[in-house]
Amino acid sequence: MREVYAVLTLAYRDLLKLLRDPTRLISELMFPLLFIVILGGSLQSSFGAGSKFDYITYIFTGVFAQTLFQSAAMGVVSLIDDRENDFSQEVFVSPISRYTIILGKIIGETLVAMTQALGILVFGLLAGVRFSIANLIGLGWSGIVTCLFGAAFGVIILSNLNNRRTADQVFPYIMLPQFFLAGVFNPIQGLPWYLDFLSHISPMRYAVDLTRAVFYGGRTDYVHAVLQGPVYNLMLMAAGFVVFLLIGTFLFVRKEQNR
Amino acid sequence: MQPVVEVEKLTKRYRGVKENAVDGISFSVAAGEFFTLLGPNGAGKTTTISILTTTLNATSGTARIAGHDVRRAASAVRQDIGIIFQQPSLDFNLTAEENVRFHAVLYGLYPFRPTFSSMPRAYRQQVTELAALLGLENEMGKAVKKFSGGMRRKLEIIRSLLHKPSVLFLDEPTSGLDPVSRHTLWEYMRRVRRERGTTIFLTTHYLEEAEEADQTCIINHGRIVAQGSPDQVKSQLTETYVLIDAENHSQLRDELRRLKIKFTEASSFKINAGGGDIQRIIKAIDTPLSLVKTHNPSLEDAYLEIIKES
Repeated sequence: MREVYAVLTLAYRDLLKLLRDPTRLISELMFPLLFIVILGGSLQSSFGAGSKFDYITYIFTGVFAQTLFQSAAMGVVSLIDDRENDFSQEVFVSPISRYTIILGKIIGETLVAMTQALGILVFGLLAGVRFSIANLIGLGWSGIVTCLFGAAFGVIILSNLNNRRTADQVFPYIMLPQFFLAGVFNPIQGLPWYLDFLSHISPMRYAVDLTRAVFYGGRTDYVHAVLQGPVYNLMLMAAGFVVFLLIGTFLFVRKEQNR
Repeated sequence: MQPVVEVEKLTKRYRGVKENAVDGISFSVAAGEFFTLLGPNGAGKTTTISILTTTLNATSGTARIAGHDVRRAASAVRQDIGIIFQQPSLDFNLTAEENVRFHAVLYGLYPFRPTFSSMPRAYRQQVTELAALLGLENEMGKAVKKFSGGMRRKLEIIRSLLHKPSVLFLDEPTSGLDPVSRHTLWEYMRRVRRERGTTIFLTTHYLEEAEEADQTCIINHGRIVAQGSPDQVKSQLTETYVLIDAENHSQLRDELRRLKIKFTEASSFKINAGGGDIQRIIKAIDTPLSLVKTHNPSLEDAYLEIIKES
């Protein structure tokens, strides 16, 4: 029971920290806003005008998944500087299991990212994306799955980094290529083999594709937007989650103590 | 009685470094003792504390806290210790009470509840009492970012005492505090020791803070260079001497020779002696003295001398 309370505490702390820091909340919503309204809007008015392809919806679903994935991953990576600065030092010397700490952080960052998801939905509406109640429910659960998967990916990155400086330098190079390889803005059907290979090893690809598979379900443009069905993506993400989490936590704990 | 902290031949070498950060140190701390670990920057103090508080594995040697091995029974050790880190370990956006509450839940003392008022009565009572002990009773609902440095330190002490640790580790807790805050902090620490019998394990740069200790250990380059009560350390490693002189310089010199008192001569005569010896020597001398000056080193003198030598 104690470990459950500990997970709740760690997760609640992350959420409280976000809600008490409005500047952070606003700044984290700036990129999704730029991507959906400006990039989506401009692509739609230029390329999308004559075709049957709806760029705004495509980019909205892509950015939705990308933001949640990245926010959760970055949140977990923040454990690296947290442990030198604030309450996290305290967390690391408390008698709870290291796995509990990571799990609490993952759930906390999922809550944080899902708060941002509400903002992204509003941007979608403003940009002219229309969705039903079923779509909202779909985005809700695929969003949570995406956050958990992104957070587990964060654990793997965390376990291979030594300090905040390295994290800040490396993180953009791990994330940015995935924007394009996962097809957040750009359709990725029919890539040359080497790009296709890179795309398949980009974890973000499965998060983006799951979100689209759920959102586009029953629509006529499903075949243009979605690569694989939801079950395929879900299975790969579940497997990835377990592998990232177990290996990542193991490496992280070992590295922490054997400096 | 079994010591509460036992360290045997503890060694730590960081990866890719040729020298040991901590090099085979051994010491023990009795329950309820006030123990200080002194040393210059980079001497190995924080490394030692990190190993004792389970966040770092030693390369070799053993360390036990309250009988638990820090490596094999890390969780039991963590439950039994409180730590005040060099850097403040508080969430600034949360209130003082929230920082304390999260600690309480992580240590398994109380179930998690999202607000103070929904926490169990025992918790509320404990926090109110500790806050009163440290003079923060009216500040617990405020955000930590509005706290001064001294208040933050006090809050960390409240938090670290919540689970009634048998050893409280303080890693340079007063660096960066103004003299008044330092003074009040130590007043509170004395009270805590008196009222709770908590063992205090302190690392510090401030020598006057170590003067009060029951036992002090001076380390440099990862090795213990002096160990014992502050008085023992002082007498072991520095000379206590008396300077004397007389108007008739040569008569005094002859007399000292006749009395077979060893001395070194500069502008005055320096005689290595302490306590009752001085009395005896002065009494034996007939030549009228114009100068009698005893030299009693402070711990700081001892410390500087030790660090220079090692």
